[in-house]
Parts: sequence; C-alpha cells; structure tokens
Amino acid sequence: MKRHYLVSTIVLLGAISTFAQSGGELRFCLRAEPKTFNPLLVEDEASETIRYLTGGVLVRVNRLTLKAEPELATSWKVSEGGKRIRFKLREGLKYSDGTPFAAEDVAYTMQQLMDPALHSSTGDAFRSAEGKLTTNVVSAKEIEIDFPAPVANLVNLFDTVAILSAKSPQKEMAALGPFYVAERKAGSYLLLKRNPYYWKKDAAGKQLPYLDSIRLDIEQNPEIEAMRYKRGEVQLINTVSPAIFEKLSADNASVRDAGASTDTEQLWFNQVPGAPLPVYKKSWFASTNFRRAISEAINRNDLARIVYRGHAVPAIGIISPSNKFWFNSDLKPHAYDTADALRRLQQDGFHLQGETLKDKAGNAVEFSIATNAGNRARESMATMIQQDLKKIGIKVNVVTLDFNSLLERMTQSYNYEACLLGFQNVELDPNSQMAVWLSSADNHQWNPNQKSPATPWEAEIDKLMRAQAASGDEHKRKQYWDRVQQIAWEQEPFIYLINKDALVAIAPAVKNAEPSVFRPQTFWNVETLALAH
Amino acid sequence: MKTIRLIAITVLAVTALTILGAHYLAPAGYEQQFRETPQAAPSMHHLLGTDELGRDRWARLLYGMRVSLTLAPLAALFTTALAGLVGGIAGYFGGWTERCCKLLIDLFLSVPWLFLLITVRAVLPLNVSPEASVTVTFALLGLLGWAASARVICAGAKDLMKSEFVWMARASGFSGLKLIRLHLMPNLRGALLAQFWISIPVFIIAEANLGALGLGVAEPLPSLGSLLRELQDSVMVRPEPWRLLPLAVLIVVISSFQVLLNKQEIRN
Repeated sequence: MKRHYLVSTIVLLGAISTFAQSGGELRFCLRAEPKTFNPLLVEDEASETIRYLTGGVLVRVNRLTLKAEPELATSWKVSEGGKRIRFKLREGLKYSDGTPFAAEDVAYTMQQLMDPALHSSTGDAFRSAEGKLTTNVVSAKEIEIDFPAPVANLVNLFDTVAILSAKSPQKEMAALGPFYVAERKAGSYLLLKRNPYYWKKDAAGKQLPYLDSIRLDIEQNPEIEAMRYKRGEVQLINTVSPAIFEKLSADNASVRDAGASTDTEQLWFNQVPGAPLPVYKKSWFASTNFRRAISEAINRNDLARIVYRGHAVPAIGIISPSNKFWFNSDLKPHAYDTADALRRLQQDGFHLQGETLKDKAGNAVEFSIATNAGNRARESMATMIQQDLKKIGIKVNVVTLDFNSLLERMTQSYNYEACLLGFQNVELDPNSQMAVWLSSADNHQWNPNQKSPATPWEAEIDKLMRAQAASGDEHKRKQYWDRVQQIAWEQEPFIYLINKDALVAIAPAVKNAEPSVFRPQTFWNVETLALAH
Repeated sequence: MKTIRLIAITVLAVTALTILGAHYLAPAGYEQQFRETPQAAPSMHHLLGTDELGRDRWARLLYGMRVSLTLAPLAALFTTALAGLVGGIAGYFGGWTERCCKLLIDLFLSVPWLFLLITVRAVLPLNVSPEASVTVTFALLGLLGWAASARVICAGAKDLMKSEFVWMARASGFSGLKLIRLHLMPNLRGALLAQFWISIPVFIIAEANLGALGLGVAEPLPSLGSLLRELQDSVMVRPEPWRLLPLAVLIVVISSFQVLLNKQEIRN
C-alpha cells in the first residue's frame, strides 16, 4: 500500500512538472519599436531582442559560462591562423515556414552579411582587412568560410549571425530560432509564436520551447512597465533602474541583482590639440598627473552607494570584473585619496591658494563637465564629482546638453572640456574595443582620428591592439590585452567611475530563469523558460 | 473675501521674508551633500528630509524659491513690458502698423521656441556659473514669451480706441502720449497685470521642463523647476509625499498673487 502511494505521488509530481513546463504566453516589454526585422541589419536593442528570440545561429555563447555551444552547427574547426572556419551542420532542420535548412543558407547569409552595400554592423565585426570572403559548400551539411585576414574571436562572433533562408518566400521572416513573428501592431505589440519546426529538445525528449508564445508590448516608460509588472501583466523586466528596483523590492515583488554588468560609466578630458580651449587648460588635460589626481579625488564608493543605491561597483578599468576571462585581475580600483591627489598636482606645479587650486601660472583650476540631459544618474554623478573636486580646490561647472549637441561638441567642434558618458559593452572580446583604443579610431574619444599616435603610451596601445587582433592564440591575446588595461589604468585617458549592476525582475511564475549579467539578461535561455500555471 | 485676502497677503509676506532670510533659515548650504543620509525622511536635522544626493530639501526649497520667485517675476515683467509695447503700438496706430506688429507676433508664435532654446544653449559657453545659467534661461523665456500676451493687449487697445470716451478725449484735443498715459494705460492695466501673473507660473514650469533638456538651472543651484523635476520619479512620490511640497508652495504663492489680482481688477 505504502509503495503504491509512493508511485502515485511520483506520477502526480511528474504530471504537475510536465504541466508546469508546457504552454502559456510570456509577456514583457520592449522600450521601442524594432527598427528592422532583418537580422543582418540589427543595431537597436528592440531589433536585437527579436533577432535573439527568432534567429537560428550556428553557435550560441552560453551567458553563464561564456563558452560557445553548438546550435545549428554540431562542430567547427578554425584553421589558417583564424582565417578559415569549417562548420558541420545539423541535418533535417526546417525554418518556421517549412523550408529546409542547408549549407547553402549559411553561404547565402555570409555573402549577404559581408556585402559592403548592406552596411551591416554585425558584418563589420568580421571585417579585419580589405578583401572578399569566400564560402565553400562542401556538402549539404558542411561549409567552409574563408576570410581575407585572421578574425579574432571568430567562433563567438557567429552568436550574432542569424542564418537566413536562401529559398524561403518569407525571406528574413522565416525563423530557425525558437519563435517566429506571428503578429505585429505598430507602436503597440508584437506576438511571437512557437516555431513548430524548432529542432531543440529537452533531456526528456520533449520539443522546445516550452512556451506557446511571447507577447512583447512596446512601452517606453519604465515606471509604467514596473507597475504592469507588479500587477502581473508582464513577467520579465530586462533592465530595472536602481530606484525602481528598490521600490519593487520594498513591495515584495521578485527582483534580482545579477551582479556587476559589463557597462561602464566614465569621465574624460578633451585632449584634442586643435580644440578651442585655452592653452593652459590643454596642458592640464594632457598631464597624466592631473588626470590621476582627478581620479583619486573622486569617491567612487559614494557614487555606487548613493547614485546607484548600492547596485554598482567602483570601476577598475576598461573591462568589468564580470568579464572574467579578459579582465586583468592584477588591477585594483583607484583609491579615494585626496592627499595623494594634491601631491600629484603639486608635482605639476599646482598649488592651493586659500581654497582655490591654481596652476603654476596662477590660473584657477576650473572646468566644465558635460553630460547628456535627461540621464538622472549621470547628472547626479557629475554633481557628486563637483563636490568631491571642491575639496581639492577645483571648481566644476556641470552642464547638461541634449545628446545631439553633446555629440556635435565631442566629434565635430571639440568644444568641451570634460565629458561624462557611458559605454554599453555588448561584446566581451577585446576586438570589439578596437574602435575605441586605436589612436586613429573615431571613438578614441579623448583625441580621435590621430594621424600618428600623440603619445608613446598610445603608440604602445596601438601596437598591442593590432597584435591581439592578428593573433589566433587566445593566451597571447590575453597578455596583450592585459597590458592595454594596465596602460589605460596608469594613464587614465578615461577615468572609469562605476560598473552598474544588472538589475532584473523575473516573476515567480517564470520557471528555469537563470539571469545573467550579459545581454539578454533574463531570457538568454528562452527555449527552456516555462510558466507555472 | 476679506479673510482670503488677508491670508494671501500673509502668505506672500511670509514667502518674501523666507526668501530674504533663506541664509538664516536653512540648516545647511543648498549644495551640501550629507552622503551618509541620502533620501532621509523628515527629521529634526532635516525638516523635509534629504534628496537622493543627501542634500537638505528644506534648504533647497528655500533657495529654490529665492531663485524662481525672483527671476520668474522679472522675466514676466520683461515679457509683459514687451507685450504692452508691441500690442499697444499695434492697437493704438492700427492700419499697416498693426499689420506689421501682428506679423511679428505671428512670427514669434510660430517659432519652435523649444528648439530655439536648445540651439541657444548649445552655442553658449559651457563654463558659465549656475547663477549666470539660470539668468540666461529666464531672460530667454522673457524674450520669447511675449507674443501671446501682445495679441491680448492689441485687441484691448483696439477696443479702447473705438470707445466713446477715447473719441471724446480726441475731440477735446488729447493725442499721443497724453492719450496713452491718461486713457489707454489705466484701462489696459488689468489685462497687463493678468498677463504678468499668468506668465510667472508658466515660466517656472517652463524652466522645469527645460531642465530636462539641459537648459534649466545648472547643478547645484536649486529652483522650483528643478525641485519639481523630482516629481518625474513618480514611484517615489507616494512613499515620500513631502516631495510634493515645492508644488504646493508654487500653487499657494501663485494663488495668493491671483487673489490679490482679482481684488485689484474688481476695484478697477
């Protein structure tokens, strides 16, 4: 009788578990309308979400382990020093409209992606040198792709390449991923339905995804999104602000702090030689001692504790500690030390006169920090830095400008002194930082588009960045990249302030969620997400 | 009615004294950050608690009132004077002068002033003190805000010019400045005052909106507008209702002015 009871209980539990992991509609919000459904042209976050949920990729980077895992490709081999990759593909797969998947589709996608006329930023990541890409369809389930020059981090880059169908009449709307776009009302919502031909199965052999559909409501206002979450109308929020996080937490709503993200907030001084600034100010900004002193006079712990309500950590450098492999663990946060800051300034001839810091020519040290209007966190950080620097006799004027005006000053007229902005580091590989750290790059913000490196340390960074991009050996690349981080830490062209935490909200009804600090934080394992009924 | 008027006078007197005595009434500087107690609830140390950077809200309200209730009326005075000048000239002279003035008014009404203000801010030097920044903001508001009022004044002046007492005055040999001083100005005073009082809250709210676009009062200087911006964080308003006080102050002060204005108008 006892045994019979046990068996009945197990069967019942099994039934409940299966029931809990089947069907249902997951709802969450997009902050804007997706700008494109073509996965090769994705640039905005909303389009990226659609690509992630609908696109089939050859390999997928696991957002917890950061390892590339097989998806449409069962295996791959990189050869020719990173110039060639050979994929072995899964057989018998179909797009959401029933069109069969074959190696020709991969060749078609790669040719489209690398077509210069398409201007694909996804394709730009593969473009390490001039020249054409060639594809060789070895068989229906095998393909070889040759690049004109070695491509660093080649395998992981395929995480963002959704494979299009060369034959489907639905073109880019034919999906190989777990869902396809079934319905769309502009400005209101998108409805994604389960792809009936999705290939993946769970350990018990049940076809994934568990969910029947995903409804994505367009909602720009994060506070309304939070209210809808509290009412149970949406079940996920991918990015929660610290204020809303605290409020939801106080209301016993389910929120999680996944830890420090890869996003950075930084301050930098204008070091463009031709900038319309007084010569004495240019010499302050070009001085390593000056930049280091400013860095030491900023209380990063306070920034994290007050502006981000404890949901941020003082930044160490370019790479967040959460990017475990590429982070240089020898580096430590810059200490908050006003005495040492003054000592450094004295080395450059600065001196305190009363409560005002003056340079050796007697000019009072005063500069403005520009940031984008409407970003409360940045405005607050700038105001706190204003008070911190007052302690060492520096007067700071905080200026908020609309983003276009700020961009014009940063990239065209160079008419600014210091700027406070942030970077969203979606890619984890150092190769994605080439556009920032090469002295000739557009995004080398403190002094962009240099014909030749202005300083010896920038010349060294150029050399190291090129070396890491050309190397196929990951450990060598790590060595080069560690040195770049070290130089950036010593020279501080960017004064890194904090790394924000990845704050997410996941309703208790959502099962199997494993939030990550990497995008897309809450639904990176969407095929295994389920709703408890 | 008398009691309400008395209350209004008291409110305005207290406001004026508070503004003048902000330095003595504030427990700390408006910019001082008590970093160990950010977002504190009201207490003996901080009567209205502290803001998200730990700054004393009471001190910021006092200084914010000083900034806004000094500069907004000045800007309103400027805008009313411009409106009176252009509207008065148009109404007094009529004919092609009126058409030219109305063209100017229409031009100013059709200018996308928000973008104009953003452009002006974009070309201003960055290294300006918060005091200079707020003065520029209100000066621009005053310079651009007169057109709608000028239409009202123009219509009023035209009506007056057709009235019997003005005809009689003209027939008696009154003309030019004498007619304006003795007949037009006293009769337009009500309309001008109304435009003046209406402009004050409009400018305070406009400054708050401009703050969100980067043309408001620069940190750390407070203004009623910048304090009202805190209400954008609507999730925090319910648990911290004292955040509504700047709004309440604005409503009470403007209402008090309007109570006095109505009395003045009735008398006129």
